[in-house]
Amino acid sequence: MQILITGILLGGVYAIVAMGLSLQYGVARIMNLASGEMLVAGAFAAFWVVMAHSFSPYVALLWVVPGAFVFNWLIYRYLLLPLVRRAKSRGQLEVDSILVTFGLSFALVGIFLMVFGGSFFNYSYLSRPVEFMGSRYGLNRVVAFWIAVAICAALWYWIHYTRSGMAIRAVSVDPVSAGLVAIDVPRMSTFAFALGGAVAASGGVLLSTFLTFDASVGIVFTMKALIIVIMGGVGDMRGAIVAALVLGMTETVVARLVDPGLTLASAYLLFVLVLLFRPQGLFGRSTT
Amino acid sequence: MTRKEVIYAVLVLAAFAVLAFIPSLPNSAAVLSLVIPITMYTVLATSWALFSGPTHYISLATAAFYGVGAYMMAPALEVMPYWMVLPIAALSGALLAALVGAMTLRLSGVYFVIFTLGLAEMVRQVITWYQNNFAGTRGNYVFVDINDAQIYWQLLALALLVYLVGWLINRSRLGFAIRIIGNDELVARHSGINTARAKILLFMVSGAFAAVVGAVMTPRFVYIEPAMAFNPEVSFLVVIMALLGGVHRLWGPLVGAIPFALTWEVIASNFPAQTVLLMGIAFLLVVYYIPSGVAGIMEKVYFRARQQRREVSHG
Repeated sequence: MQILITGILLGGVYAIVAMGLSLQYGVARIMNLASGEMLVAGAFAAFWVVMAHSFSPYVALLWVVPGAFVFNWLIYRYLLLPLVRRAKSRGQLEVDSILVTFGLSFALVGIFLMVFGGSFFNYSYLSRPVEFMGSRYGLNRVVAFWIAVAICAALWYWIHYTRSGMAIRAVSVDPVSAGLVAIDVPRMSTFAFALGGAVAASGGVLLSTFLTFDASVGIVFTMKALIIVIMGGVGDMRGAIVAALVLGMTETVVARLVDPGLTLASAYLLFVLVLLFRPQGLFGRSTT
Repeated sequence: MTRKEVIYAVLVLAAFAVLAFIPSLPNSAAVLSLVIPITMYTVLATSWALFSGPTHYISLATAAFYGVGAYMMAPALEVMPYWMVLPIAALSGALLAALVGAMTLRLSGVYFVIFTLGLAEMVRQVITWYQNNFAGTRGNYVFVDINDAQIYWQLLALALLVYLVGWLINRSRLGFAIRIIGNDELVARHSGINTARAKILLFMVSGAFAAVVGAVMTPRFVYIEPAMAFNPEVSFLVVIMALLGGVHRLWGPLVGAIPFALTWEVIASNFPAQTVLLMGIAFLLVVYYIPSGVAGIMEKVYFRARQQRREVSHG
């Protein structure tokens, strides 16, 4: 029981990391291999706020979110949009964007290494236990989970109940037809990409309150987010949330019962199962 | 073989024969420390391009294959002689590639990229876990008496082998099938090509080469541990060199690997703190400004010159 709840707490935070990537891949059609680095940037920002000013790390959200939004907007506008225009086919765009974001991820890791060095970082925040149904949980994890839930709920409301959210869904379903009904597709894609980056960075702030991180850990989170998005089905928010909870629980089970060093291996195990049995996603219909 | 091909073959063999004398140069230690990485990356990048060039499936897993080959050397040496380890390394690389391929290459290319992205890290985790819990040590000593010159000769032989295999594949049914798949996978499937099988086979060849390179390089280090063997920079450098050289020609990665490896030596010794950042920037520059590689540019220049000559002679 304790393992399950810890897993759900972790999965909640994973859910928003994956949601950020899902916006970038599902709407803007960019498979962003640098998404984990955006998360690490958020974690470093939170670390800096705590260490230099001894504020709560969540203060960092106030400028991490707009900062990451602007940064990702610039990336899409000046690095990726030229590729979208240059690409002759969807496949060509896929290859180019994978290569560019892969290069970008290394460039960002290089910047982190230069600024912060290669050591491990963590800080202590709200690390006192709370009691729930006879077991103890770290307060920092519980707080991170509820903030993640709030962010998820806000995104959900925006995508499903507002006019601009509907436009985003339309672009995600079919960019060409969306253009025909007077949706500015490039602008919407840019917005979705920027928002996705901001969401991923805020996930980094949440994770940094209870996990140790270093400059090159981003790729692990990129992997996990990609696995969640694939498992949930591309563009399927509900699927992504369920998949994130499943991943959080699997990881916690493996970490507690087998070895804490095997978290990525357990994510791979899930990935393999999905590839073998449900490559279209948990709730996806098979498209033959 | 046509007459042209015979001439090429003789030229290539002659070049390799000349290169084999590098260790007997005066001051060869310094030269070897430069040509070993160049040869190594040439083999890795060429074998990477064998698969990723025609299919456009970007493999980010070279480090995983390299690491498997490198890491099995130490335990394997305790039970068998050195020369037997190399074919076993090739087999393990091919086996790993077959597993990855069987799971992802039947589906779309995105799954393949994702799977290869974290593969090195995942294998490293599993090996570390195994060693911590069952073997009691992390890392191994490699005791084998092989000097730099012998490593260089082995790498040179591998380079020759990779060119031979690449040339043979190009003129085989498999190579033809792969080129069709790369142009249009749907067409390939409809003309009766077993696309998954063709892709998996080629990926196995590519993985086997990377694993053998890893095994050959290991005796340079006395002590090897998982973090050294599964270094993600290897995957990254291989992709960047292959792209810089051009992946649509067998000799393309060579013209990328030589200048890049040389520049890299300079960068790594002068700006050790900024290597990762510079690597990322170099990568972006290649993707934006040299999309078809140096080989593509050379061919364009060559064809334009030939066309002009023809126009002059006809005019």
